[in-house]
Amino acid sequence: MSDTPLPLTIIAGYLGAGKTTLINQILRNANGQRLAVLVNDFGALPIDADLIEAQDDDLIALAGGCVCCSYGDDLMLALTRMRALDPKPDHVLLETSGVALPGKIAAAVSLFGADIQVMSVVVLADAEGLPAQLQDSYLADTIVRQLGAADLVVLTKADLATPDQLNTSRFNIGRHARGAPLVEGSSDILHDVLSADITQRSSNTVFDAGPHHIELTSRTFTPPGPVDAQALARSLADADAVVRAKGHLMTAPDRRLVTLQLVGKRFTLTPADPALKPGIVIIEKKTGTASPVS
Amino acid sequence: MIKILSARKILTMNPQKPQATHVALRDGIILGAGSLAELEGWGDYDLDTRFADKVLMPGLVEGHCHLQEGALWSHTYVGFFDRMSPEGDMQAGCKNLDAVLSKLAAAEAQLDAPATPLPAWSLDPIYFDNQRVDRGQLDAISTTRPIGIMHASGHIMNVNSKALELAGLMKPGINHEGVPLGNDGLPTGELKGPDVMSPVSIHVGFDRDMLACDEQGMWRFGKLCVRAGVTTATDLAARLPDEAVTLMRKVTGNTAYPARIVPLRFHHGGSPEDLIKHVERLAAQSTDKLRLGRIKIVVDGSIQGFSARLRAPGYYNGAPNGLWYIAPEHLAYILETSLAKGIQVHCHTNGDEATQLVIDTMRKALRKTPSGDHRFTLQHCQLADTAQFRQIKELGLCVNLFANHHHYWGDQHYELTVGPERAERMNAAGTAARQGVPFAIHSDAPITPLGPLFTGWCAMNRKTASGRTLGDAEKITLDQALYAITLGAAYTLHMDGEVGSIEAGKRADFAVLEDDPEEMGVDGFKDTRVWGTVLGGKPFAAADV
Repeated sequence: MSDTPLPLTIIAGYLGAGKTTLINQILRNANGQRLAVLVNDFGALPIDADLIEAQDDDLIALAGGCVCCSYGDDLMLALTRMRALDPKPDHVLLETSGVALPGKIAAAVSLFGADIQVMSVVVLADAEGLPAQLQDSYLADTIVRQLGAADLVVLTKADLATPDQLNTSRFNIGRHARGAPLVEGSSDILHDVLSADITQRSSNTVFDAGPHHIELTSRTFTPPGPVDAQALARSLADADAVVRAKGHLMTAPDRRLVTLQLVGKRFTLTPADPALKPGIVIIEKKTGTASPVS
Repeated sequence: MIKILSARKILTMNPQKPQATHVALRDGIILGAGSLAELEGWGDYDLDTRFADKVLMPGLVEGHCHLQEGALWSHTYVGFFDRMSPEGDMQAGCKNLDAVLSKLAAAEAQLDAPATPLPAWSLDPIYFDNQRVDRGQLDAISTTRPIGIMHASGHIMNVNSKALELAGLMKPGINHEGVPLGNDGLPTGELKGPDVMSPVSIHVGFDRDMLACDEQGMWRFGKLCVRAGVTTATDLAARLPDEAVTLMRKVTGNTAYPARIVPLRFHHGGSPEDLIKHVERLAAQSTDKLRLGRIKIVVDGSIQGFSARLRAPGYYNGAPNGLWYIAPEHLAYILETSLAKGIQVHCHTNGDEATQLVIDTMRKALRKTPSGDHRFTLQHCQLADTAQFRQIKELGLCVNLFANHHHYWGDQHYELTVGPERAERMNAAGTAARQGVPFAIHSDAPITPLGPLFTGWCAMNRKTASGRTLGDAEKITLDQALYAITLGAAYTLHMDGEVGSIEAGKRADFAVLEDDPEEMGVDGFKDTRVWGTVLGGKPFAAADV
């Protein structure tokens, strides 16, 4: 449907948290998705010259229908440009500057109403750097406000951090990013988790992208009949273990089909094509606690 | 050929010879100032007596303004205060909302095609009891064309329904602190903050790049300089893409262009590494009338927009602290690299926490790259306290204080943003002088009108628009004011060896005045009448531009 909102993921976090690395990883693994990536500047984004099809000052068109756009100091103009792209991208990824407040950016994006919808605010935190950033009187409140706006927090560089740094980081994320699930040690599968379309993933698979991160699993869930979609989505969003969900649900009692998009604690339910099949994919952390739906 | 100008009085700003009656020039350079007898030894000359009844000063230097002031005059002026247009007609201030609306209606009647936008600027509702403009009032003027009025602060815009509709905002369900809603659930048409203004402003006729300037705007800006006695002016936050530099070189290269322009490359919109490379490339394109190769960093936001970074005790009304516009590491990189490469940097810091960050970062950068005479300058630096001025002095920083802001919005700072005590110490030129910090004072045109003589009056009197004297201890003397708007500002640009005083070897840039500012005194300083300027020996009469 041409009038479905353009899903947008905000990737935030202070300098060195790994935002650019993640963006690069997502671009390399687009898997046929038409991605539009908005970055503050092209400076740190090395794009393989072979991939570049066309380029002007602010926009680089890549093979496979992806584009990169630098927004400098006018994000709203860049978003207006994204909205006008034809054909429409499948997913917009917005990398914020290190000191930007993602909550304010999400509020600004909301002005685009039905055209662009914030799918999630993902805040990256560097396990090695976060404790010092929170001790820095110039930065602490900015970092706290960034974490406070997160739907999902990704702890990066855990392998470089000391046990103390790791513990301090986890503690502070729990304290300041209340209710947002924390993902660690899974960076090489994040592009899959954050993809706007995870529904091709087959059921009951373990993420197996590398040696040390089998902490996420995915499964499909098809309710036996119509459900209270709002309540079901809420229970998934409130569950610490659930990182991501996407799919279609038959609502009770009016039997309308809706699409669920959930990342961490944020979800949206939008009307879906009635011809689609109900069923959702859930990606969750392997924990001892019981999942809300099974 | 040598020319000797005679004048009623020449205020040289050179302490070795503070006053003169004649000044000799050749090829745009001053040979000397003194009596006719003292200058005749240079050889054959033409005596030019056209200024025999005028007072000459060094051409005034505006160290913080924007060429945008010229571009805005294509739009309808609806400010509260009378303001001189580039063409010299004094536009009457709009003293109440009805006056604003009738001026807009008159401008509307001049437009042909029903969809042509109607942009206006400099609205300031604080002068009419904060009475807000709403969408309906602007719809009464036109429902077919988008209308947008930029507030004087530059932080708020009022628009009509058509403008909201074009931007896709004319709908219920908007949930954003910058978009107030009316009883009908629709936006009132007031848009607060750059995020919400930007998508609408392009539809109401404001340029995509609010700070950019076109050719006509540059010429208009030049006319304003002549009227204000200014011969050197900054364009303090320019992106400077190649096409803009080409335009600036073309316009300033015209002998009829009456000012030297000093554009500073704005830090936003690229990586710090690219910024340095760009500025190095720009420096090579400088001419005598276009000075490129400096950087402007914006460290925080604005005090009245509550986006400035304040130290304790924070905002008077309890608003949360403001925003950083640059990461501290990027600031450190730019300052260190610029010191090492000899690139000059000016930092916008409104709040005192932003000022402290620059102080701390400079201290570390200077330890790594010891540098004398860098003259990195804190722009606005509105809330610095005495301890900060002492550190600023130790680090060799300069400040350029926003004396006009204090006049126009001091009452608001007193009552709302920072409270009485800090409002009294804002823009502390007196402290800067006592601590020996090199300082200038500025207008930030178009935020307030270009006019160093008025700015000097503000710094000497510290009177707010309501007539309150705010901060007696921070008043400066007439001599200090004269210095701040000439050599003081030139010093912050490393141009004091070239302009800012009338002495042998410097450029023949003069402000030509009908009145003697020393006689006008502290009270009358702002009423000093300007005949025009001389740039590189060439006269520009305000009446003819």
